Amino acid sequence: MIHDCIGHCTVLAADIGFNLAGLRTGFWQLTIDGLSWGAIYALVAVGYTLVFGVLRLINFAHSEIFMLGMFGAYFALDMILGFTPSGDAYNVGMPLTVLYLAVAMLFAMAVSGSAAVGLELVAYRPLRRRNARPLTFLITAIGMSFVLQEFVHFILPRLLTGYGGSNAQQPIILVVPKTQFTVFGATVSNVTLVIVAAACMLAVLTDLAINRTKFGRGIRAVAQDPTTATLMGVSRERIITTTFLIGGVLAGAAALLYTLKVPQGIIYSGGFLLGIKAFSAAVLGGIGNLRGALLGGLLLGVMENYGQAVFGTQWRDVVAFVLLVLVLLVRPTGILGESLGKARV
Amino acid sequence: MSSRLQQLERPGDVVRDWWGALSREAKWLVGIVGFALMALLPLYPPPLLDTPGISFGGVMAQFGMVALIAVGLNVVVGQAGLLDLGYVGFYAVGAYTVALLTSPDSPWNKLGQTGFFSRDWAWLSCVPIAICATAVAGLILGTPTLRLRGDYLAIVTLGFGEIIRLLADNLQDITNGSRGLNRIAYPRLFQNGKVPDGVFSSGNATGHANYGTWWFWLGMILVAVVLLLVGNLERSRVGRAWVAIREDEDAAEAMGVNTFRFKLWAFVIGAGIGGLSGALYAGQVQYVAPTNFNIINSMLFLCAVVLGGQGNKLGVIFGAFVIVYLPNRLLGVHLFGINVGDLKYLFFGLALVVLMIFRPQGLFPVRQQLLAYGRSARELLG
Repeated sequence: MIHDCIGHCTVLAADIGFNLAGLRTGFWQLTIDGLSWGAIYALVAVGYTLVFGVLRLINFAHSEIFMLGMFGAYFALDMILGFTPSGDAYNVGMPLTVLYLAVAMLFAMAVSGSAAVGLELVAYRPLRRRNARPLTFLITAIGMSFVLQEFVHFILPRLLTGYGGSNAQQPIILVVPKTQFTVFGATVSNVTLVIVAAACMLAVLTDLAINRTKFGRGIRAVAQDPTTATLMGVSRERIITTTFLIGGVLAGAAALLYTLKVPQGIIYSGGFLLGIKAFSAAVLGGIGNLRGALLGGLLLGVMENYGQAVFGTQWRDVVAFVLLVLVLLVRPTGILGESLGKARV
Repeated sequence: MSSRLQQLERPGDVVRDWWGALSREAKWLVGIVGFALMALLPLYPPPLLDTPGISFGGVMAQFGMVALIAVGLNVVVGQAGLLDLGYVGFYAVGAYTVALLTSPDSPWNKLGQTGFFSRDWAWLSCVPIAICATAVAGLILGTPTLRLRGDYLAIVTLGFGEIIRLLADNLQDITNGSRGLNRIAYPRLFQNGKVPDGVFSSGNATGHANYGTWWFWLGMILVAVVLLLVGNLERSRVGRAWVAIREDEDAAEAMGVNTFRFKLWAFVIGAGIGGLSGALYAGQVQYVAPTNFNIINSMLFLCAVVLGGQGNKLGVIFGAFVIVYLPNRLLGVHLFGINVGDLKYLFFGLALVVLMIFRPQGLFPVRQQLLAYGRSARELLG
C-alpha cells in the first residue's frame, strides 16, 4: 500500500515539473516578457478596481467589455483602415504603423467604453434603484457576461459577415515581433516596447485623472462615502457612469495591445480567462486602489512567467489562481490596501 | 409590516396552504404518487413534452443529475447564502473519483484481476468514496476561503473550479489528459439475453425503458433521499443557523452562531451532493474528459438555482428541469438560420438579468417561514 502511494506520487511529480535552473538562466527574458503581460493585466485591472471602489461590485462582465474591445480593434483595422486578414504581416513603415495602431486603439476604446456605460445603464442601474442585495448584482453581472459572449458567438455573425462565431478571427498582423535591443542578455521586441510604452502612458494619465481632476475627486469622494459625497453636491449617478467609462476605455486599450501580442486570440471566449487574471491582479494590489491595480497587474504578469518557467507551460493559469488564493489568505486587503477613497484629498 | 406579510401571501400560497393543511400521512401519499407519476414520464412521454431530436429517457437522466446538483448548490447558495461559482469542480471531483478507480485507462484502476472491486458492484462501492472525496475537497477549499468576504469567495471558488479542470487536463499520466478516461464501471443489474450488460449499460438503447430512463430512476431515488436529508437539516439547528447567516452574517455572529463552522458545514454538504451527482454522471456516460467540466457549467447550475428560487428545494429542481429540458427540446429548431438550441447560454444569461431586476427571489421564492416552530406557530399567529 505504502509502496503504491510512493508510486502514485512519482507519477504526480512527473506531470508537475520543477525546474529552477530554467528560471535562473531565463530570468531577465522572463521578467521583460512578464512585464508586457503585466501591463495588459494592469490596464484591465483598473476597470475592476475603480468599479469596486465606487460601487463595491465585482463587475464580472468586465472581461466581456475587454473582448468587445478586441473585436472593435479588429473592425477598425479591417473595415475602416482596409487591411485584409492574411498570414503575412503588413509592412507600412514605422510612422504609419503607429498611426494605424492609434486609430485602432481609439476605436477599440470607443467600443469598450460605450459597452461599459451601456452595461451600467441596462443592467446595474435598475438594480441600484431597487436597492438590490450584493449577490443580486453579482448574478446580474454573470448573466450579462453570458449575454455578451453569446451575442458575439451567435448573433454577431448574422449582423456582420465574417465577425464572431465559433472560430477566432483571422489575424491582421501590423507589427511583426522583431528584436530591437537586448538588456542583460534578454531581447526586447518592438511589440513589447509598444505595449509597455502605451500602458505606461495610459496608467500615468489615469492616475492624474483620478488624483488631480475634479471628476477624479468626485470618484474618490463617492468611493469614500457615497451619502456625504451626494450631500456635498457630487452627482453619484454621473460619477458611476464616468467610472464605468474610464474602466471600459482602458479595457479597450488593453484589448488592442493584447491583439498585438496574441493576434489569433480574437474570439468570443477570449476575455474570460484574462478577466479573471486581471481581477486577481486587482485583488493582489488591493482592490479599490488604483495604484494597487497597476502594481498588481505587473506583479501577476511577472510571477506567472516565473511560475511557468519553474513548473511548466501548462501550469501557467494555475499559478495565477494559486497566487490569488494565497494573497487572499495572507493579506486579504492586498499589497497596497483598499484605499481609493483614502487617497490624498 | 402588514403590507410585507401580504406580499409574502401571494400566488404560491394557495398550494402551500393546501399542503400545510394535509396530515402527515396524506403528505407522504401525495409525495409518493407524484414521485411515481414522474417516474412513469419517460415510459409514456406526453407528445408535447417529448424531445424529438434526442432520447427522452436520456434527457430525463440528465435532468436527474442536474436536479441533484441544484439541490446541492441550493444548500450552499440558497440556504447559507454563499455564492459558489466553482461548483462544477466538485462535480468533476466526484466523476473523476469513480473514473480513476474503475476505468482501465487509469493507473489507479482497482477493477479487474488485481483490484478489490467486484465487477458488478464497483460503481456502487465507488459512490460513497466519491462523496467522501468531494466532501474532503470541499473542506480543503472551504477552510481557508470561508473566512473571506462573500464577493471574494465567488472569485476564489471560480478559480478552484478552473484549477480542477486544469489539473484533469494537465496530469496526463493519471487522468489521461484531454483524451479522458473511458469504460468507467456502471451497475450491472438485470442482465439478460437482450441486454447482456444489464439495464444500465449503454447497450440498452432501444425503446422507452432505455438506459437513460433507468439512470433517471436511479437519479430520482437519490434526489428523494437527498431531499429528505436536506429537508431535515433545514428544519434543524443547522438550517436555522444557515438562514441567520444568509440574512445577516454579523447579526448571526453576535447572536452566538459560530458562522464559520456552519458555513463550512454548508460547503461540505453541498460539495458531497455535487460529488454524488458527478459519480452518477461518470456511471451513465462511462467517459469523463476535462471539457465536460468547463466553468460555464457552473454558471448554468447557478442559473438553475436562481431561476427556481434560491432556498426553495422543489423550486430549484424545477429550475434544473428548465435548464436541461429547454436546450434539448429546442435542439434542431431553427430561427433566422440560427439553431435555437445553441442559444441556450444567451437565453439563460438574459433570463438571469431580467429575473434579477424584476424577480430577484426566483420563480418560486422560498417563504421566510418560522422554521423553528413550523406549523404550530403559524396557527398561533393566524
